[in-house]
Amino acid sequence: MSLPTRKFDAVVVGAGGAGMRAALQLSEAGLKVAVLSKVFPTRSHTVAAQGGIGASLGNMGEDNWLWHMYDTIKGSDYLGDQDAIEFLCRMAPQAVYDLEHYGMPFDRNEDGTVYQRPFGGHSSNFGERPVQRSVCAADRTGHAMLHTLYQRNVRANTVFFVEWMALDLIRDASGQVLGVTAMEMETGETWIFQARATLFATGGAGRIYAASTNAFINTGDGLGMAARAGIPLEDMEFWQFHPTGVAGAGVLITEGVRGEGGYLLNKDGERFMERYAPNMKDLASRDVVARAMATEIKEGRGCGKDADYILLKLDHIGVDKIEKKLPGIREIAKKFANVDPVKDPIPVVPTCHYQMGGIPTNYHGEVVVPGNGKDNNVVPGFYAAGEVACASVHGANRLGTNSLTDLLVFGKASGDSVIRYLKENPGHKDLPADAADYTMSRLSRLDSQTGGENVFEVGAAMRRTMQAHCGVFRFPDLLTDGVKKIREISERAARTEIKDKSKTFNTARIEALELDNLIEVARSTMICADARQESRGAHDRADYPKRDDVTWLKHTLWYKDSDRLEYKAVNLKPLTAESFEPKVRSY
Amino acid sequence: MSDFDRVRWHCRRGLLELDIILTRFLESGYPRLSEAQRTVFSGLLEYADNDLWDFVSGRNSSADAAEEEVLNLLRET
Repeated sequence: MSLPTRKFDAVVVGAGGAGMRAALQLSEAGLKVAVLSKVFPTRSHTVAAQGGIGASLGNMGEDNWLWHMYDTIKGSDYLGDQDAIEFLCRMAPQAVYDLEHYGMPFDRNEDGTVYQRPFGGHSSNFGERPVQRSVCAADRTGHAMLHTLYQRNVRANTVFFVEWMALDLIRDASGQVLGVTAMEMETGETWIFQARATLFATGGAGRIYAASTNAFINTGDGLGMAARAGIPLEDMEFWQFHPTGVAGAGVLITEGVRGEGGYLLNKDGERFMERYAPNMKDLASRDVVARAMATEIKEGRGCGKDADYILLKLDHIGVDKIEKKLPGIREIAKKFANVDPVKDPIPVVPTCHYQMGGIPTNYHGEVVVPGNGKDNNVVPGFYAAGEVACASVHGANRLGTNSLTDLLVFGKASGDSVIRYLKENPGHKDLPADAADYTMSRLSRLDSQTGGENVFEVGAAMRRTMQAHCGVFRFPDLLTDGVKKIREISERAARTEIKDKSKTFNTARIEALELDNLIEVARSTMICADARQESRGAHDRADYPKRDDVTWLKHTLWYKDSDRLEYKAVNLKPLTAESFEPKVRSY
Repeated sequence: MSDFDRVRWHCRRGLLELDIILTRFLESGYPRLSEAQRTVFSGLLEYADNDLWDFVSGRNSSADAAEEEVLNLLRET
């Protein structure tokens, strides 16, 4: 079946920080660029980033990219690829200067240089002492970045397709990527976007978990499209969690609450952190607190009728101090937990925050897959950047502020790679005759399904299963059971039914298509987590509490086809620096 | 063409806080709005996420009385 077709030099899917940085690079090079986005670009989830951009500008004291590189590798628990990490850290200052030239309103020092704030995990001289490396625009860094990049893209004549959802990758028989199919929400019409290069910047998929800080749009669309097109997903077992998100909502409760004297209670009213961390108690590091919370819930000491959350008590701090030292917390607790924390404790759970894994790329932003006896063969015409991609700079655990650095550095690098590729490969290749068949069969299956599954119910089952079986602390019995359950849910997701078949702004159809993407991410996460028999970074197993560099210093690759797993070596060889050998990670 | 579906999609935001509040409001408050208030609500959705969240969380208020009226309903959500 043939569909109406639009032709571009490059199609970028996703208009967050990475997508817009890449698009800008392409448009300013004079290429004809389309950017597809489910929502208006400045409403992308990058807007939620508050922390800042990690870059060794050295504006607050001595700093250099090698120290940033050391912190990133150590943070990654040595699973990060050292060539990509060197590239990230060396390019970070230029990424900041570029943004400054675009008019980004950075916070400044009195002498006019860009101000840098301290951030956990960043050090000078290889862990010797903290360093101020995070560049920010108040607590609105992501917001300012999106607005700056959007304005600049408009000026450069980037063509935005707003409220369009990409559906599938188009590949020819050789495997070359030739564009995507996409649906315009307003009309419900499906189009082919034919492109000489296709770049995914669709962000993460934190919505696979019941407890998630991610916005509703973070449904892993790029990951689902890649998996369906036969591209493996890398290191999907690694997800960063925050200990205290509001149970049932996901909205973050700042660590400052525990800093001001708040503490956690189980259903018996016991201050359980005294058992897990006798000295630091509730102020122990994030992973220690989150693991203790998960253990209490697993052992039946959670609160509520389903015994599935922990209580954060702060009424003893006093109303004056809560209002003064923790502004906004009372409002958030009232709005999202329906409790007034000056009287009652807040229900909290460890909450999913960031996806370290993704579509495998090299440090040029080119998508790479194993084949012909090599780990990293470039897929012609296909690029990825930002949270959807796995370069891999975050390895098993992301260092704070490196998510925005990642967007900027690899957004630009992938754009530059596309420019080089298009120079060497002029003209459009013909589309295969069946370019849209797969998409049309998926849409027609969804429209004609009878006696099928309810999209919301299948989604809820997926989120509950991921939370209970593959959360922040992982138990062997729960993982084994979780694999079985997520495969069953996956089969249900293949039989979803929508009652509303209308064409215009049919949000039921959009949510069904989003579930198709989420379920691939959920299944890959569970399978990869069950397989990795060690604890490393954010992957924390009760039965294998130690990191095992002999067996597991390698990246996981998951293929949708029969949930097949392969592994590939971690690149321990930087571009120019000396290699950082794996060491015990302690702070 | 369903205006409600369009509005519903425009309630998909970059900030989770807004996703939750706006989704709740669509079920509880929106059906009771007058036509004029619905137009104001659609206008509020055009604000940047952080600015809208400042309004909804009470950190800031709008100089426009009609907007404040709808924002007050959102603040109670």
